[in-house]
Amino acid sequence: MWQYEKKLQYPVKIKTPNAKLAKVIISQLGGPDGELAASLRYLNQRYAMPYGEVKGLLTDIGTEELAHFEMISAILYQLTKDLSMEEIKKSGFDTYFVDHTTGIYPVAASGTPFTATYFQSKGDIITDLSEDMAAEQKARTTYDNILRLADDPDVRDPIRFLREREIVHYQRFGEALRIAQDKLNSKNFYACNPSFDKNCGKV
Amino acid sequence: MNEQKMLLSKIKKYDFTLKELNLYLDTHPNCRRGLAMFHKYRKLRENAVDEYTRKFGPLTPEQVNNSERWTWTDDPWPWERR
Repeated sequence: MWQYEKKLQYPVKIKTPNAKLAKVIISQLGGPDGELAASLRYLNQRYAMPYGEVKGLLTDIGTEELAHFEMISAILYQLTKDLSMEEIKKSGFDTYFVDHTTGIYPVAASGTPFTATYFQSKGDIITDLSEDMAAEQKARTTYDNILRLADDPDVRDPIRFLREREIVHYQRFGEALRIAQDKLNSKNFYACNPSFDKNCGKV
Repeated sequence: MNEQKMLLSKIKKYDFTLKELNLYLDTHPNCRRGLAMFHKYRKLRENAVDEYTRKFGPLTPEQVNNSERWTWTDDPWPWERR
């Protein structure tokens, strides 16, 4: 179960609306390497995990990603609040506006709606943890690109926070992969799948 | 910054510290130093949250302590500019 806390993980206070920036940052809401995909990836993968340390890590990082999903939503909400029709037309935000007005809806910057094809849950812990490490790096690259496109310090500050979290998560998933491999290696020389192969690890 | 914002900012800092220690301890469950830090900051957070909810209202629905009015739904919500 989950419980909501009425606060953001890190403050978002944007004074100047900027529809053009919202149009690219929305990719971290509903895009291929966004926070929604991240959260669903880890929270779905955890059921195949046999080891407590890593069940905990997938649960805790999956939960933190939901807080990041809320931070991105807050950034988008504040960037698109009190926009004039002229700004909406001029910025190219009109293609989003026609379907969603200024409501928050998970799409990629290209306009493609969120899809579960952005992540895997393979039922094999080595495969899943390898994907998780790559996913954190892909999200870090996306934040780097957003920082290349955004000048407003009010926007850059929370984006830099989110970028740093990707690096911490990558580090922790690396440790999780090592833990999983150490446990496999004691009797499992061929990296069979401990969550499916019945005799895995039992010679 | 007013008192409410300062106190909330303090809670966020404690929460961040606890989240960092939480993830670290997941992969280092035998680290006593990390565990001691976790206990230390949990206590600090507890005191700050008690003070905040007493003075400014709930952060979770079960922290509503007003017997006259359901204060959980009071504005502003976290995504709103303050």
